Amino acid sequence: MIKDQIQLTFDVQKIRDDFPILRRSVYGKDLIYFDNGATSQKPQVVIDAINEYYTENNSNIHRGVHYLSQLATTQYEEARKIIQNYINALLSEEVIFTKGTSDAINLVAFSFGETLSAGDEIIISAMEHHSNIVPWQMMCERKGCILRVIPIDQEGDLIMSEFDSMLSSKTKLVAVTHISNSLGTINPVEEIIEKSHKFGAKVLLDGAQSIQHMHVDMQKLDCDFYAFSGHKVFGPTGVGVLYGKKEILDQMPPYQGGGDMIAKVTFEKTTYNELPHKFEAGTPNISGGICLGTAIQYLSKLDIQSIQSHEQELASYAEAKLNEFEGMRIIGTAKKKTSVVSFIVDGIHPFDLGTLLDKQGIAVRTGHHCTQPLMDFFEIPGTIRASFAFYNTKEEIDIFISAVERSLTMLR
Amino acid sequence: MTLAEKEQEIIDEFAIYDDWMDKYEYIIELGKDLPKISDDKKTDDRLIEGCQSRVWLALDIEDGKVKFSADSDAIITKGIIGLLIRVLNNETAKSVATAELNFIKEIGLHEHLSPTRSNGLASMVNKMKMSALKSL
Ligand SMILES: Cc1ncc(COP(=O)(O)O)c(C=O)c1O
Repeated sequence: MIKDQIQLTFDVQKIRDDFPILRRSVYGKDLIYFDNGATSQKPQVVIDAINEYYTENNSNIHRGVHYLSQLATTQYEEARKIIQNYINALLSEEVIFTKGTSDAINLVAFSFGETLSAGDEIIISAMEHHSNIVPWQMMCERKGCILRVIPIDQEGDLIMSEFDSMLSSKTKLVAVTHISNSLGTINPVEEIIEKSHKFGAKVLLDGAQSIQHMHVDMQKLDCDFYAFSGHKVFGPTGVGVLYGKKEILDQMPPYQGGGDMIAKVTFEKTTYNELPHKFEAGTPNISGGICLGTAIQYLSKLDIQSIQSHEQELASYAEAKLNEFEGMRIIGTAKKKTSVVSFIVDGIHPFDLGTLLDKQGIAVRTGHHCTQPLMDFFEIPGTIRASFAFYNTKEEIDIFISAVERSLTMLR
Repeated sequence: MTLAEKEQEIIDEFAIYDDWMDKYEYIIELGKDLPKISDDKKTDDRLIEGCQSRVWLALDIEDGKVKFSADSDAIITKGIIGLLIRVLNNETAKSVATAELNFIKEIGLHEHLSPTRSNGLASMVNKMKMSALKSL
């Protein structure tokens, strides 16, 4: 009963009106945008906020006494608070602005890495994005640490018993993705966090694919770090967030040196600024930060429950329809999944199918999705990935399915 | 036929298609018709690794004329390879090395040759020219 009411209040057509790009066409066809895993589209309020910032408020922050500088600083710090509230972080200084998820993970890998010694162990998983693999490899090389990888099963679920046997007092950090970008698997992060903490290990969640699909509560999750990208959560590119617990961030050395991150500089010795500024060297992406705040505000006005059920409905509908094709193989059939449908078709190269879908106005991603080790595990060169956002519709899926059908006929 | 005439012939062939899907239907046919290269020639040193699809390229010189053979795991890539080979084979190494291949743009397929496309074709064209140069 309650569920029905929520469904009724979720008006996808009305939401689509907020996203001007959805009105355009490509190759003479209405655009169908199913590449939300790569980046999301932006609502008009975010586009307007970018415009307004540069038209009315542009100034450098944390530096000037003049009116505009104060205004921009206030807006930037307000955005930090909006994000803090949305992810329910305890303190606003636990929200550090970065360039994105990759930048946030690199920050932790460098700075937290400095506190580690040879022989310490880091655990990641087999389904990680390259952004949550390579920084750890670099760090392990630098510090003599050991990288361990939680394997997955054929469905695309983590093999938790393997994880259990990897954990030890040597484990210093567990860095896993909250949701897999290639498979859609929602990992049991609560369990991972609880078990890791028993061994005194910290946990970093790669939230690049989760914050746009579900409610994330830092205090409830109790993770130590959480990273996400603005551009995947309806905000601008070039900005993202690293959440970290204050007591841990306080113990970490700065990542980069420059303006803003210092308290006092002399040639003999420099002392560092407080959080969050300690980790924000140089002029940041001011407009990006402010407008990410706008995007999060936009999202917070939507009902996340109805977003989720709408997205789930789209994904199950698409999977059911796709499974009707001969030779179809869905990659990633975990018990708990978001609205990502990755697939391959026997004898059909993903690039060919992706190219033909593109020419029919449908944007999907093809290839290894920056998860090459995962593709090696499934022994495939890549997949075709349709990743849905709340502004997608069943009608779009119907058009997509006929486009797949037409393409397969041409390719076979 | 000169290189330019071969290019013009392809431009004319494509002129009849105004729909993208028809154009690709034709490219797919070309891909299916491209003679397979033998497995012993699909060695790692002939492999051009793209992010999206892989290409193998072999070069022979017969009577001072270039003979390329190539293959890919994707049919559309193969179709475009077929067009490139049709234009470049039986030319001298020098004209291959200096060929501008403007026909690709004329028929609207230049996106496939852009380095960002990462289907191996841009690297393949470079490699075609480089290996022709080397044989000089
Ligand atoms: C799971 C995951 N982690 C990390 C990233 C990297 O994000 P960014 O490129 O915005 O730094 C992505 C983006 O594709 C992702 O999906």
